[in-house]
Amino acid sequence: MKPSLKLLDYSILQQCMHCGMCLPACPTYDATKKERHSPRGRISLMRAVADDELKLTAAFADEMSYCLGCLACQTACPAGVDYSNLLETARTEAQSAGLNQTFTSRFWRAVTIRGLFMRPRLLRFAGRLLWLYQRLGLQTAFRKIGLSKLLPKDLRRLEPQCPTIATKFSPQLIRPLETPSKKTYRVALLTGCVQDLVFAEINRDTADVLLANGCEVHTPPVQPCCGSLHAHNGEADAAKTLAKRMIDLFPPSQFDAIITNAGGCGNHLRHYGALLADDHKYGPLAKFWDSKLRDIHEWMMEHGCRAPQAGLGDLTVTYHDSCHLTHGQKVTKQPRDLLRLIPGLKLVELPEANWCCGSAGIYNLTQPEQSEQLLVRKVGHVLATGASVLATANPGCHLQIARGLRQAGSPITLLQPVTLLARAYRAER
Amino acid sequence: MGAKQVLTSPEDTIPYGFDGTAALKGPVGVVVLPGSTEEVAAVVKLANEQNIAIVTRGSGTGLSGGSIPSAGCIVLCLTRLDKILSVDAANLTVRAQCGAITAAIDAAANRHRLFYPPDPGSMKISTIGGNVAENSGGLRGLKYGVTRDYVMGLEVVLPDGRIAHFGNACVKDVAGYSMKDLFIGSEGTLGIITEILLKVLPRPAARRTMLASYDRMEDAAQTVSDIIAAKIIPCTLEFLDRMTIGCVEDYAKIGLPRDCEALLLMETDGHPAAVADEAEQMLTLARARGARDVRVARDDAEALQLASARRSAFSALARVRPTTILEDVTVPRDKLAEMVAFIADAAKKHNLLVGTFGHMGDGNLHPTFLTDERDTEEMARVHEALEDIVTKTLALGGTITGEHGVGLAKKAWLRRQVGENSHDLMREIKRAWDPRNLLNPGKIFD
Repeated sequence: MKPSLKLLDYSILQQCMHCGMCLPACPTYDATKKERHSPRGRISLMRAVADDELKLTAAFADEMSYCLGCLACQTACPAGVDYSNLLETARTEAQSAGLNQTFTSRFWRAVTIRGLFMRPRLLRFAGRLLWLYQRLGLQTAFRKIGLSKLLPKDLRRLEPQCPTIATKFSPQLIRPLETPSKKTYRVALLTGCVQDLVFAEINRDTADVLLANGCEVHTPPVQPCCGSLHAHNGEADAAKTLAKRMIDLFPPSQFDAIITNAGGCGNHLRHYGALLADDHKYGPLAKFWDSKLRDIHEWMMEHGCRAPQAGLGDLTVTYHDSCHLTHGQKVTKQPRDLLRLIPGLKLVELPEANWCCGSAGIYNLTQPEQSEQLLVRKVGHVLATGASVLATANPGCHLQIARGLRQAGSPITLLQPVTLLARAYRAER
Repeated sequence: MGAKQVLTSPEDTIPYGFDGTAALKGPVGVVVLPGSTEEVAAVVKLANEQNIAIVTRGSGTGLSGGSIPSAGCIVLCLTRLDKILSVDAANLTVRAQCGAITAAIDAAANRHRLFYPPDPGSMKISTIGGNVAENSGGLRGLKYGVTRDYVMGLEVVLPDGRIAHFGNACVKDVAGYSMKDLFIGSEGTLGIITEILLKVLPRPAARRTMLASYDRMEDAAQTVSDIIAAKIIPCTLEFLDRMTIGCVEDYAKIGLPRDCEALLLMETDGHPAAVADEAEQMLTLARARGARDVRVARDDAEALQLASARRSAFSALARVRPTTILEDVTVPRDKLAEMVAFIADAAKKHNLLVGTFGHMGDGNLHPTFLTDERDTEEMARVHEALEDIVTKTLALGGTITGEHGVGLAKKAWLRRQVGENSHDLMREIKRAWDPRNLLNPGKIFD
């Protein structure tokens, strides 16, 4: 059965006592000062739907899509409202009611969410084609002769935002099994989708950091998408299918930890238990899986990460919290502590470090205006720190802020904490 | 006003049907978000012409239902009037529009090493206009008083749409009736406050925050009496009972002891020498009254963490049951221990779950019933328990509301507290002032 607001345990909706503590944490309320664009406002709309006081309308669906899903409200909420669950349920309901769907949005959903992100080999193939297009200079030529103007409007807007595809994907960089000199733990490494296509090097860095700390690293070359994209966009059934494939590929009993290095994926990955709660076969297994799932920074600091002997010279670094790492997974201290292990590295705090950068999954594609405002705000803060490196641990934030820094003509480099740590380990040799 | 600032679709208006008060909501037809005092006045004039009621709101964090819309009204939301207009360090004042956020006002004062003391629990989002309309309190009432003590001047849109100014930056001013005082705490029934001139103080140079845990609530209350008897006026003396401690710790995860009956949060501020001396004395007094453990906040960050945890108490209690009914009874300070014990007994008698916290220094209690609004039988018992608590409060010379206001939630008891003549006088003032009953009708009294 499809999740719906009416079938949802009413106590989850009722948990919100509309005290308003979430308002100052919400970027869309901050931008508009309208209750409808606040967490408690959205919950009141969901409750109105559940109570039959409001029909599922296009405006309701719009509102659910205007939410970034950054979950800053969950950190702010003293009452412990499960907003993420509410939002996903509301989006699924709006999606299955067929609201706000144009031909193009249906087409892109079919191609991406239902197509590519369900088929890892096909996704890599598409990535390779894109790489060729970029490598052979076709992109530049295309833009120069103005052919991109012939693209449909949506694509035309997105085309310049398309990230540069990596030359090598994860399986070309990481062997399925890599063993450290002295083995203490056995871990699985999740390579992700965007992370794999665009930042496969970061997966290599992650493996190196694990190896340097006594972990035997298992990295199957073909891995399914974790399904977070699907769950966040109202495709609950697909999300469940993918979760099961993931559990089949990585039986939790075989590993001390299952490691993810992407904040957005991680938050979804560690809630398979709730996603598959109704499934008698996978339900208990999913709970076990959740207990094994670790963000890379969390895992490293949990087991006393070895401080590198060498540094990277004098380096001033600032850190941006990815929303789902900080508000979803509550991992805030570990990435900073991990960075501080590197000799000579000076960490300066970023103002509003945990305020969304506007990437928010595919939000920068679906709500470009609001996304751009958040990006400009973020870049302003980053520039003010005077740091030469911005560290962050989520591919979405990485791409978004890197684009913002480029637009601002800033030389600040964007790196992930594990990359900095891996480089420091390499500098030891 | 632009069409964008007038909301009429259900998706836009439903979220304005409630405030921070549990189990209360009203129907909303139209929400208007003016951008200037003149626009507010224009809306009031229009409402007069059309005979439409106006319910004013800020961020909607009120706890007595003061901004719940009434049928057929205009909801006038003032959050766009959010500018802090000036900080005058020479005259120790801040001028702000009504929608300015309370915490932002203190932050603006802080940039001049000044201090705006009232700090209601919702200060991160509450508006100063709402604070004035409700005469909000906070954690520093004992030493610094409440919002009223900081209001020097007001700009108000009157029920007929005229704009009036009351008060000024003079510390002394006895010209005519002190009209501003009539508007402070008037809950949107007499006028619409659009601009406020606030008094600020030099920022205290030092501050120390302490936390004492007790096995018996009486010992915490007695510690407070001992501190006052020692001629110390700390800025904060807050307590949490066992139920509240557990909920706050579930949220804040700052290592509060879950196994004690009472926690006392104490804070002293002022000159560093005085702070050091007072803190030492308070620690000694707490230990002498049997405090099991006394902890001093290491630094500002930890002090802020403790105060924020206390501020989250009300919302954190919502973790336990679906509906959280918060009360605000206040008794003279020396009756506090008796009242706390009575509340616990009342909950037991009516078989209800209650968490109590509040301001031990000023006698302001927040007994909070953890219940379920869908369970009519249990809700009936909640109302019986509330009756008992109100009766006891009034017998002890207390008040039905210390800082939340009467609104809808407490109007049934107002007459009992203030007596027939005062109640009638209040209503006569309202009738004379707003004869057509257009401003926030049905609040405070029918």
